[in-house]
Amino acid sequence: MIRFLVKRIVLLVPVVFGIITATFLLMHATPGDPALTYLGNHPTPEAVASLHHQWGLDKPVTNQYFDFIGGLFTGDLGSSLFYNETILKLIALKLPPTLMLMVMGSLFGIIFALPLAIWTAVRKDKFIDHLISLMNAVILGMPIFFIGAMGILFFALKIPIFPVGGYGESNLQHLWSLVLPSITIGLGLVPLLVRSLRTSVIESLDSEYVAFARSKGLKNRAVWLKYALRNGSISGISILGIQVGYLAGGSLVIENVFAIPGMGSFLMSGILNRDFPVVQGATLTFAMLVVLVYLFTDVAYALLDPRARFK
Amino acid sequence: MSTVISSSDANIRRIKKLQINNFRLYLGIFIILTVIFMVLMASYLTKSDPIKQDLMNTLQGGTPEHFLGTDNLGRDVWSRLLYGGRTDLILASAAVLAPFILGTILGAICGYFSGWVDTLVMRIADVVAAFPFYVLVISLVFILGNGVGSIFIAITLVSWVAYARIVRGETMIVRSKEFIEAAQTGGISNRKIITRHVLPNVITQAIVYAMSDIVLNIGVIVTLSYFGLGIVPPTPDWGRMIAEGQQFLAGGYYALTILPALAVIVTSLGLSFIGDGLAVALRVKR
Repeated sequence: MIRFLVKRIVLLVPVVFGIITATFLLMHATPGDPALTYLGNHPTPEAVASLHHQWGLDKPVTNQYFDFIGGLFTGDLGSSLFYNETILKLIALKLPPTLMLMVMGSLFGIIFALPLAIWTAVRKDKFIDHLISLMNAVILGMPIFFIGAMGILFFALKIPIFPVGGYGESNLQHLWSLVLPSITIGLGLVPLLVRSLRTSVIESLDSEYVAFARSKGLKNRAVWLKYALRNGSISGISILGIQVGYLAGGSLVIENVFAIPGMGSFLMSGILNRDFPVVQGATLTFAMLVVLVYLFTDVAYALLDPRARFK
Repeated sequence: MSTVISSSDANIRRIKKLQINNFRLYLGIFIILTVIFMVLMASYLTKSDPIKQDLMNTLQGGTPEHFLGTDNLGRDVWSRLLYGGRTDLILASAAVLAPFILGTILGAICGYFSGWVDTLVMRIADVVAAFPFYVLVISLVFILGNGVGSIFIAITLVSWVAYARIVRGETMIVRSKEFIEAAQTGGISNRKIITRHVLPNVITQAIVYAMSDIVLNIGVIVTLSYFGLGIVPPTPDWGRMIAEGQQFLAGGYYALTILPALAVIVTSLGLSFIGDGLAVALRVKR
């Protein structure tokens, strides 16, 4: 297991390095001058030059690159041009709501998808299977911000159960204000989860141990609960790991629809304020988050299923 | 005896599945052809200008003149739906074609030759795939500036990865087949082997994926426009229409939001049907 872990982490190094380089290139080696965009119309050459000096843009690109990497090792991601605060501090502030939203979104996704997957698996190729697959195709086609907007309309405005947006003051309010956004993300996940879960449930229902259990006289319902549900939820975890990119993208959109002060709104505010260090820091954080979740999923899967360690 | 019955059972089920999915394929093609016809024939299907404002007639219901009513600036909703669809669909298709070609070529080369090219391209693919799709596309559009061209470039830079991975995997399977070995022994150039023998065998997977990729593209294009980062107004577009309509949801003007959203959903549904149907018809595992 330790060997697996070490191998997995070593494999991660080039990817992390690549992510850092890509983020750097994104902000430094692209056409356009951040100072000009920041200063707006008719900047004086002195102002541009002083900003260049302040951000280190007057140094050669290679030096900027090494400064950037050196900064990362000491946790220095620069400062926001708009908030007058270090990026690291801002990220520490904005990350918890996003993580919470992603976790709750996954939970709702599993809660919605697992029964549907089992239902479609045991009624394979029957009417209900086709109906649910049609419903999935419809949800897949819905832009996630539209699902969110409908959620706000019906469950915040028409029937005021949930807040229209925001994050509240106390911990309980935080949690409550994340429910509707999480349901939205969970709904968006359903088509992705049901398709893969259905396959894995069908596989486990076709397996010999289920045939054996049935031959012992186990009733359908017991088989579904004992085998389909358990195997389904284990593979659900690994499928969720693969979908973390969707989760991150979904929370980026949903945070902006519901005005939740997380990483997604942070990135969007950076974009609207032309705050380059913020965009850079947020993009980097999102990518690192995805890579870390991949790692955790792999490790969790290897713990649950020893065969995965030797692949 | 029981095996005979179960195998014929399975056959019947398979044929049934094929029929249902073929029905989906035809339904999908019908939906998409209808949508394409409507957005291309927009100038014949409506006389209204999609960007002409009429501030005396804002937020109207259906009238003989504007049969789906007008928006908050008095613009004809039906006309905006048609012309907006044209913008979104042309962009989404263009942004699927470029990554398709780029990814397929790279994937075939990587899978066929292996070696350092393969390692390099696949490591780059890993890095690109580490960024969430929406995060990377939005950041790229921020750097490149709003507009159709930037969206196209941003999506291309991100989406080629999926095609490269799919085609690479398939190519590696095909490469070990006997007919490739025969072609190599026969002295046929690698380029010819790839274009004549490898690509025809691996391209179906990429085509099936392309259908769900267009759905993804439509999603990201309308999302960008929804946040005001995409297609620049006054060019009509479904995402912008939803964003503008949403402000009037609480006032009871549902059509302004629902209609463009419905257009997105129906188009995506048609494409999904084609993708599912093709996957079965071409016997592609997904």
